[in-house]
Amino acid sequence: MIVVSLLFYLFSFIMIASAFMVILSRNPVHSVLFLILCFFNSAGIFLILGAEFLAFILVIVYVGAVAVLFLFVVMMLDVEFKSISSSVISYLPIGMTIGVIVLAELMLVLFTWRRNYSVTDNLGSSNDSQFSNTETIGLVLYTDNILFFQLAGLILLASMIGAIVLTVNHRPSAKRQDINKQVERDAESSIENIDIKPGSGI
Amino acid sequence: MIAINNYLALASILFVIGIFGVFLNKKNIIIILMSIELMLLAVNINLVAFSTYLNDITGQIFSLLVLTVAAAEAAIGLAILVIYFRNKGSISVEDITEMKG
Repeated sequence: MIVVSLLFYLFSFIMIASAFMVILSRNPVHSVLFLILCFFNSAGIFLILGAEFLAFILVIVYVGAVAVLFLFVVMMLDVEFKSISSSVISYLPIGMTIGVIVLAELMLVLFTWRRNYSVTDNLGSSNDSQFSNTETIGLVLYTDNILFFQLAGLILLASMIGAIVLTVNHRPSAKRQDINKQVERDAESSIENIDIKPGSGI
Repeated sequence: MIAINNYLALASILFVIGIFGVFLNKKNIIIILMSIELMLLAVNINLVAFSTYLNDITGQIFSLLVLTVAAAEAAIGLAILVIYFRNKGSISVEDITEMKG
């Protein structure tokens, strides 16, 4: 029990520290690497909470896809490394005000919140010893929450098409295959008889 | 079992760090996108904590949805960033003033 508490505090401390480093570090590449550290620690916290499937999905999707995407973009764009400190002074008051207001509201919620014990008839209990966490999610995701599952797929499809359409780059000088032109071609349009007089070129 | 208040405090601190990142950073849009990812992560921690403590798996399903939307948003945002950089040569927030906002 004490080990779990120690692990929780270790993970959360590293997570908060790396989150600070994400927004404060001078080099965007370091920011991405600290973001990856933050994701790993939150995966550990998910494991402590018993959500193994989400922990692995977090590592696979976030660290394996999203963070690498960030890393590619940071390295591809030639951005000059400027410190946050040059602009932090002018934006500190409004940022502080909004941050403190949000933190105060969250803490008000946190310390006055009481659990509503009338919550019963839960959908797929997550501490059920009969099924593992992944099995429980699978049992619920494809039956009761099929609409959300399909909507997630639709969102991913839309974002994939959007990203491709946005970034595709047609240079006019590049030679490309045009299927329409190839199909429309016939003998009359492609063969031409030229009568060349002797001694002169075309 | 660790009290749920610890998880909620962790998530709120992470969320506020994300808000700070959005407001304090005026040089680099990529850092702002990463701050948004941090905020979504905080929301995920809240959802999973409540899912475990209320013994209801629906929170984890929603967390999965949030993860999907975050991945889609990162892809679209970075695509927009790449074409903006290709056209303008800068992604500094201070330089993006075409709409005089």
